[in-house]
Amino acid sequence: MDVFFAVLQVATLALILTLLYRPLGDYMARTYTSKKDLKAERGFYRVIGVDSRVEQTWQSYLRGVLAFSVVGLLFVYLLQRIQAVLPYSLGLPAVPEGLSFNTAASFVANTNWQSYSPDVTMGYTVQIAGLAVQNFVSAAVGIAIAIALVRGFTRRESTTIGNFWVDLTRGILRLLLPLSMVGAVVLLVGGVIQNFNGFTEITTLSGGLQNLPGGPVASQEVIKNLGTNGGGFFNANASHPFENPNAWTSLFQNVLMLMIPFSLPRTFGRMVGNHKQGYAILAVMGTIFVASLTFLTLFELNGAGTAPELAGGAMEGKEQRFGIFASTLFGSTSTLTSTGAVNSMHDSYTSLGGMMPMLNMMLGEVAPGGVGSGLYGMLVLAIIAVFVGGLLVGRTPEYLGKKIGPKEIKLASLYILVTPTIVLLGTALSFAIPAVRADVESTSIWNPGIHGLSEVLYAFTSAANNNGSAFAGLTANTPWFNTALGVAMLLGRFIPIVLVLALAGSLAAQDKVPATAGTLPTHRPQFVGLLIGVTIIITALTYFPVLALGPLAEGLQ
Amino acid sequence: MSSSRSGIPHYWVALRAMLVLTVVLGVAYPLIITGTGQLALPAQANGTIETVDGGTVGSALIGQSFSDADGNPLPEWFQPRPSAAGEGYDGGASSGSNYGPENTDLIAAIEERKAQIAEFNSVYPDDIPADALTASASGLDPHISPEYALLQVNRIAAERTLSVEDVRALVESHIQARELGYLGEPTVNVLQLNIALTALKA
Repeated sequence: MDVFFAVLQVATLALILTLLYRPLGDYMARTYTSKKDLKAERGFYRVIGVDSRVEQTWQSYLRGVLAFSVVGLLFVYLLQRIQAVLPYSLGLPAVPEGLSFNTAASFVANTNWQSYSPDVTMGYTVQIAGLAVQNFVSAAVGIAIAIALVRGFTRRESTTIGNFWVDLTRGILRLLLPLSMVGAVVLLVGGVIQNFNGFTEITTLSGGLQNLPGGPVASQEVIKNLGTNGGGFFNANASHPFENPNAWTSLFQNVLMLMIPFSLPRTFGRMVGNHKQGYAILAVMGTIFVASLTFLTLFELNGAGTAPELAGGAMEGKEQRFGIFASTLFGSTSTLTSTGAVNSMHDSYTSLGGMMPMLNMMLGEVAPGGVGSGLYGMLVLAIIAVFVGGLLVGRTPEYLGKKIGPKEIKLASLYILVTPTIVLLGTALSFAIPAVRADVESTSIWNPGIHGLSEVLYAFTSAANNNGSAFAGLTANTPWFNTALGVAMLLGRFIPIVLVLALAGSLAAQDKVPATAGTLPTHRPQFVGLLIGVTIIITALTYFPVLALGPLAEGLQ
Repeated sequence: MSSSRSGIPHYWVALRAMLVLTVVLGVAYPLIITGTGQLALPAQANGTIETVDGGTVGSALIGQSFSDADGNPLPEWFQPRPSAAGEGYDGGASSGSNYGPENTDLIAAIEERKAQIAEFNSVYPDDIPADALTASASGLDPHISPEYALLQVNRIAAERTLSVEDVRALVESHIQARELGYLGEPTVNVLQLNIALTALKA
């Protein structure tokens, strides 16, 4: 019976996403291809000094992305540093330098890793004017990059790939802001709070004292999910009842996290003029999603391990109103997208269960991945897949009428090497530098033994893949982790963006080649299977050894 | 290189864009949502507050302790789950324990809770449900499972000299089914149950 409820829950989610796929995907395609500006947009372009009709080369587009992100980084950093004099700061002091850097990097990179406990660190002004603003704009940047790459496939002998400022503005004003306004009201109905009350001390029913928190939570909760950001208003993130009061708000938050990433294949299909290409990408994403969710749910339901078996179930770090099924669904959604929000504590999952969120991130967050980043990550993997397919049959690989030559393959190969390098290097350095190791082992690691290695591995996996979830027992507010993870988040976000935009420029400059008998069809089940295989094999080969040292060792001992 | 009509550098465009977007997304948007919440849905927007005789006793969404000053559970109240938020149910320090499945501290804690709850309620250790033995993710879980609530009925009835049937009926009337019939798990809200308990007469 319980399993029936679990299947029904996933079926509900699938149905909602299916109903959204066409209208939302088509709407996004129109948003980014329309020649017309809204009145508000024209005013905005005037103020910032941009001509919306002028397109950019990929280098200029990239300079816009980087300039905007650097300004955002400095802005969030400064807001934290002057917190003491900002209004509605709840009497909290300025955030220290190292932590301010880490947090600014984290929110600009759409990661939302939180080295801090928001309840006692961030006042309302930093949260709404600093962090939540980045939740919008970093998400819009991600979608813009994906759209720029798709334009690379659609154009012939073009030197330009669009205008970054226009893509950014439209993503915010036409997509994220209107959806957030509606979503915030839905969350309010469900019981998510929205006030500026600060803490209220109350006398409990049995005569004790309790501090009840307030805060503008609903407005932030919605964009945290919709933009696949994940940074919680409270330390306990979406397990906090004021962020996620019941099982239907939890399901709704799953919808928010998945609606844009799962609809972008439609946008892609529409822009390249062949919806079947979109369905193929969707099929790859959906298949991996369902498989991963099934494994995590089975591991948690099985409840292996000394503590879960003693307690009679894997309920440590899970809320009663969510139980196993709503927890594993949220955990899978959050780590298969780049959200990183949690409604249950991944550190307390069973050993093999805890491996699944890690594996989800290691896949590169492509099933369906973060807003925009999921699509561009998957398209890079598709390029690798047609290359592998081309090698097998001995033909020059093509994808969507574009030749995949040495330059494209080099860029795609570098792309898939960047994050694993950061993850493995960061984890290794944490244990290889003696002074760092001593600090990591004595201060940062919470669970001793094998699980402690998993905490560090999880942290770098999460940072480099811009996820932001954690094995949260790890104390990351130390000089080493604030610096190393901050750098990992920035490199993990912006090096792939440089490569993707270079790829977009290279593809846009090509003419299209007509499909021949030797062209590998990329809209058939055969290609779907090939792409799933490539995705999994790349991940497995890269990460199996380190997983064997961490969660696999713990789970199989 | 510039994207702008008058050759303005990217950094200058970025700075102006960030300032305007902060006003729109960081000030206007949250204020509009706050206004909407306070006008249209004030009960939810302010935390679903529970009152007794006009006085605030907590939030229906945030669990609270029913313990004495030393942290010992008070036998006349239904007890919530273990909590890792501060010293327990600290509304300013939401947190799970983050103990891994093989952590010896967690294993010891579960064993200790099992013994304590069994003795406290005069039940067999094996009859205690998992939620009673484990700390929640938020440390502020307002709910327990119906099994854990029913397990406490005999103790409550004895402490308050009420009939077991009355207390059991009260618990059963407070069991909340799954949302929409199939989402999440059945729950009992501990604060609401205890408020109702105070109105129950022998």
